[in-house]
Amino acid sequence: MGVALPEAVAAELATSADDHLIQLLTPSGELVADEQFHYTGSDQDLVEDLRTMLLTRAIDTEGTALQRKGELGLWVQSLGQEAAQIGSARAFGSNDLIVPSYRELGVYLALGLDPLEFLGTFRGTAMVDWPTGPANLHLPSFVIGTQTLHAVGMAMALQRDGRVGNPNPDDNGAVVVYFGDGATSQGDVNEAFVFAAAANAPVVFFCQNNQWAISEPTTVQTPVPLYRRASGFGFPGVRVDGNDVLAVRAVTEWALERARSGAGPVLIEAFTYRMGAHTTSDDPTKYRSADEVAEWKAKDPIDRLRTYLLAKGLIDDAWLDGVAAEAATQAERLRTGCVQLVEPDLADSFDLVYTDTPEHLHRQRAEFEAYEASFEVNA
Amino acid sequence: MSTLTMAKALNAGLRRALANDPKVLLAGEDIGALGGVFRITEGLQAEFGRDRVVDTPLAESGIVGTAVGLALGGYKPVVEIQFDGFVYPAFDQIVSQVSRLHFRSHGRLSVPMVVRIPYGGGIGAIEHHSESPEAYFAHTPGLKVVTCANPSDAYWMIQQAIADPDPVIFFEPKRRYHDKGEVDVDASAAPDSLYQARIARHGTDATLLTYGPMVRTCLDAAAAAEAEGRSLEVIDLRSLSPIDDATVFASVRRTGRVVVVHEAARTLGMGAELAARIQAECFYELQAPVLRVTGYDLPYPPSRTEHSFLPDLDRVLDAVDQSLAH
Ligand SMILES: Cc1ncc(C[n+]2csc(CCOP(=O)(O)OP(=O)(O)O)c2C)c(N)n1
Ligand SMILES: [Mg+2]
Repeated sequence: MGVALPEAVAAELATSADDHLIQLLTPSGELVADEQFHYTGSDQDLVEDLRTMLLTRAIDTEGTALQRKGELGLWVQSLGQEAAQIGSARAFGSNDLIVPSYRELGVYLALGLDPLEFLGTFRGTAMVDWPTGPANLHLPSFVIGTQTLHAVGMAMALQRDGRVGNPNPDDNGAVVVYFGDGATSQGDVNEAFVFAAAANAPVVFFCQNNQWAISEPTTVQTPVPLYRRASGFGFPGVRVDGNDVLAVRAVTEWALERARSGAGPVLIEAFTYRMGAHTTSDDPTKYRSADEVAEWKAKDPIDRLRTYLLAKGLIDDAWLDGVAAEAATQAERLRTGCVQLVEPDLADSFDLVYTDTPEHLHRQRAEFEAYEASFEVNA
Repeated sequence: MSTLTMAKALNAGLRRALANDPKVLLAGEDIGALGGVFRITEGLQAEFGRDRVVDTPLAESGIVGTAVGLALGGYKPVVEIQFDGFVYPAFDQIVSQVSRLHFRSHGRLSVPMVVRIPYGGGIGAIEHHSESPEAYFAHTPGLKVVTCANPSDAYWMIQQAIADPDPVIFFEPKRRYHDKGEVDVDASAAPDSLYQARIARHGTDATLLTYGPMVRTCLDAAAAAEAEGRSLEVIDLRSLSPIDDATVFASVRRTGRVVVVHEAARTLGMGAELAARIQAECFYELQAPVLRVTGYDLPYPPSRTEHSFLPDLDRVLDAVDQSLAH
């Protein structure tokens, strides 16, 4: 179909070798330098990163197991995306606001959220809420891309509150919003880019390009690398190795500092891979090859960090055994906690629709309760 | 005659429409290699190619908006919205463009498009995957809105919707996708009209007016009522816009009592429209007020409470008791 593009245009559009992938730790676990980005954390930070990544994977695995046992209706795996999630979370400052999509288990754990708080959503005992979670963490969104606009609005509020561009960096904040490669096609995401650019809003668009949107490869969404979209909207885009926790942290720190200082939005494309199924309802063997999965397995974010830390003598087998034991304890806590989640009562929903419940909902609640009670009398 | 699930019947209906008319094409998220998240389009891309079974970018407004252009270009697009809760990004295209091009062009243009939407609850899903948004569309002049309740109707109605020159919103009751039924694929077995209601069960004491996923619930209720010596008529509306008034009024005139049953929230749902029409036309034949058994006026609640939210056999029979007590 169609006429071939002029060669120069085709070359410009193609995913070319000079699409610089920012990387500081190779898949084989060796440090490499980047001209612009440098890791600012300590060795101890990296040890802690590995611990969080291992715990994330263990809890993720347990989530899948709980779904298989019928205790959860659904589980959304983060398998393979631990470095993108935890590396970016390490860059958060105390005034930053975090807007997740639905796959950010690693971000939650890095922020210290109790995994039991989001299990209810997948068990069907709750909507979405973090009653004791960090105040700067927004609720997840399940409608693809919608949250990017909310994030820009939150950034606009920070601007109005005088939280951007102050001489003392401690007074500044920004917003980080997570979304996927598929989401970039939504009108909402493109409008978020437009609004962010128009307002020069302090927002970091963190796109986890895990190569798939359910069964659709990224090529269904775009012929050009996603990070390049940003320039057309008027702000910088960068592509980082999303399986490299050092590089992700370095790039996100840069973008956040830039945003907080008042220099405006950044699009980060974290180039990673969805190692598992889209969710527990999905069967990826229908649409992708085992070879592709194997190729990415060789770039696993955990393996490379473990290799590096072992080689440097920063961890040893005893340390790994300790984390494995900790993971087992947490998984066990999830198993027991899951089945103990309080069963919801529909009666409680009627007062949640409005801040001020109108009469017809009081009536419907009464009707519902009377109906339920009629069974108890008969029983 | 063969026994098919509703999912397979839809698949067979789509296959036949693609085979019969080279202008028919399917578009949606994950409908190609995966065959859609419910496998309704399974095997169709392999059979008809990527130009006719199109995996689209992830954008519902884009899916419907480009389908408008394809329709204007002479094609008959059948688009899949992955779940009920994800039709809203396309709402503007549907209610401001799809529904109105015929009217705006003084009848010169038409948009022969089908928007397929798996809808309704009862599958234990997370938020946005269990909605019943049919009233928004039935409220919009220019759209036809239909829903199937069994495999035979699924097979025939999808083909009739595709053949219709007007845009049709085609709701598929996802929790009934795996229900089995007889499907006669002989052309003589096609229902007369896409817009005619069906008497799913004859009865004399009261009429249950329903559609989509609740047809089976109402049939179960009618079977249970029979054991108590009550004869309930069950009408499967099939078309929510236009409504087959004649079939509805005739039944109401026979039984004098009506209970409307749907999953969607009560306020301004289909039940409200049906009750208004029935009281205006059948006022003197009614023995009791028209009653409604519906979802409550709540956003769809957490799935572990959906059994309380969704109308079930007991709630239907409870309403029948109330009607008969008048
Ligand atoms: C508006 C909307 N359309 C469709 C869906 C169904 N859906 C859920 S996830 C998904 C794919 C998202 O892909 P991507 O943005 O790459 O994120 P990933 O799941 O890979 O993390 C789709 C189509 C949805 N949730 N919202
Ligand atoms: Mg993706």
